[in-house]
Amino acid sequence: MTIELNGTSYETDEEGYLINLSDWNDQLATEMARVDGATLDDNHWEVINFLRNYYEEYQIAPAVRVLTKAVGKKLGKDKGTSKYLYELFPYGPAKQACKYAGLPKPTGCV
Amino acid sequence: MADFETPAFKPYPEIPPIEIGVMAHSKPYVAKPDIQEKVGFPGELIDNWKQVAIDKMGELVDNSRALRVFLDSCVKCGACTDKCHYYLGTSDPNNMPVARQDLFRSVYRRYYTVAGKYFPSLVGARDLGQEVLDEWYSYFHQCSQCRRCSVYCPYGIDTAEISMAAREILDCVGVGQKYCNEIIGKAQTIGNNLGLPEPALANTLEGLEEDIEEETGVTVRLPLDQKGADILLITPSADFFAEPHVDGLIGYAKVFHQAGLSWTISSYASEAANFGMFIGSYENMQVLARRIREAALELGVKRIVFGECGHAWRVAYNFLDTLAGPFDFLDPAYPMPQHICEVTYDLLQRNALKMDRSANDDMVLTLHDSCNIARASRMGNFEGGQFVIPREVIKASCNHFVDMPADTIREATFCCGGGGGLLTDDLVELRVKGSLPRMEALQQVVNDHEVTHMAAICAICKSQFSKILPYYGFEMDQVVSIHQLVSNAIQLGGEH
Repeated sequence: MTIELNGTSYETDEEGYLINLSDWNDQLATEMARVDGATLDDNHWEVINFLRNYYEEYQIAPAVRVLTKAVGKKLGKDKGTSKYLYELFPYGPAKQACKYAGLPKPTGCV
Repeated sequence: MADFETPAFKPYPEIPPIEIGVMAHSKPYVAKPDIQEKVGFPGELIDNWKQVAIDKMGELVDNSRALRVFLDSCVKCGACTDKCHYYLGTSDPNNMPVARQDLFRSVYRRYYTVAGKYFPSLVGARDLGQEVLDEWYSYFHQCSQCRRCSVYCPYGIDTAEISMAAREILDCVGVGQKYCNEIIGKAQTIGNNLGLPEPALANTLEGLEEDIEEETGVTVRLPLDQKGADILLITPSADFFAEPHVDGLIGYAKVFHQAGLSWTISSYASEAANFGMFIGSYENMQVLARRIREAALELGVKRIVFGECGHAWRVAYNFLDTLAGPFDFLDPAYPMPQHICEVTYDLLQRNALKMDRSANDDMVLTLHDSCNIARASRMGNFEGGQFVIPREVIKASCNHFVDMPADTIREATFCCGGGGGLLTDDLVELRVKGSLPRMEALQQVVNDHEVTHMAAICAICKSQFSKILPYYGFEMDQVVSIHQLVSNAIQLGGEH
């Protein structure tokens, strides 16, 4: 599968996750969300940016609890919950947010 | 959410009329060559696949007397037909255990029985062709290897074994399932199914220690790679990552802390799950099991304890010694392996833990028995311990517990719908439909006893329910870990 943007094709896996993580850019994230019928606002970007920074340091997406804690610190305690993250990313923060952030899909019993 | 309908609850569970082929479209993504080759299988369908598949089948029935007996002994009595959750949820007759077995049995008869060789049409034998292979790929990925059908079969035919054999043959000819095989590859190189490297694991565990301290005021450690610890905890990596799994992990840590037990997690063997079993691959199962032995030796531990994971407990309880033994360097005073529920239960029996049951008074609980714990293993030193021990641990942690209907629990438990390597988004329709019997049973105790939460003892069950509960009008957080309840109720501090 591929995503087309501004005349360039980006390769993805069957579920729309980028194959080459270095292909990622802001516009591509917005486009992936658009295909899913979603619009990314500042709150989404907070999560996406956190995921990308964490990935850069640890080569893996953060655990849900690590993510909720970080979001809580940044956006206020009431938003540091998985419920809030599911409102932002209804298909699951770990999976949907990782996709828009250009990271591989978390695998395993999750 | 998706383009299929969630089955409706009926006033009482009923056996649906058959709808031929309604799930023929359901199949998981096929693994790409790099994934296949990493775990020792051909990258794609090989040219001489038919002969290789037939030969492999012969090898499997020669090596497993059980498999041959299962294939030879079915008398088509029909006792299994309404016992599979996937049949009850989808109405596709190929999801009746006998029909699923026959997809395999028909080929076995053709090539490995006298009658099938000479009079195939008289004995339901058929040639192996592309169509058969496709059918196998679809319907052997609609079996969660839960073994419920085998409980009701008068001959004890175990469809799980046949499904594992079919998947192994598929892998050997180059048609593997992406979800399982990608995960096996990760676990063999990084140490866990998630691909969680040591620095990330260390960071996650430190974060949990901070959380516990903030919440309780007590320093509870979650040690990583601590040489000389007495206990090596082998737990599913979902316990580090997902909810409600992580709340269970916090519970284990509090139990060890309060009992004064020295323990550690290993970054090298940071996975209890062993997906090698789901694909019937002894070699892959062995690679993962050996990591546990190596970690235990390297860290110099005396005991191995497993966290809440269904099939991991089956592999550990039944096969760990055969796969990776001997474990004669461990302390013989303790069971090898031991389940975390056994550890907690023993401590409770000895009044070594103080529990405040009222900490869980906001919940009315029930328990979903996991297939692999219920039907493929045991706990404790008495018959039925795998049913009694988890319940006693829950009852020691809360005031309100009721069981779901008797034909849906203990050895008759229904699969969560996502076990056996099917917990993947490309099979979500199957997962939702297959969970119908469990959801109906849950609804019944919600109606009759105002149950609010269902405890689970397996990482797959927990993730599956978090995902599918909303399809049936429940909330995703109505599933909890057993040791999450322990975590809420256990009183920290004071004398050990």
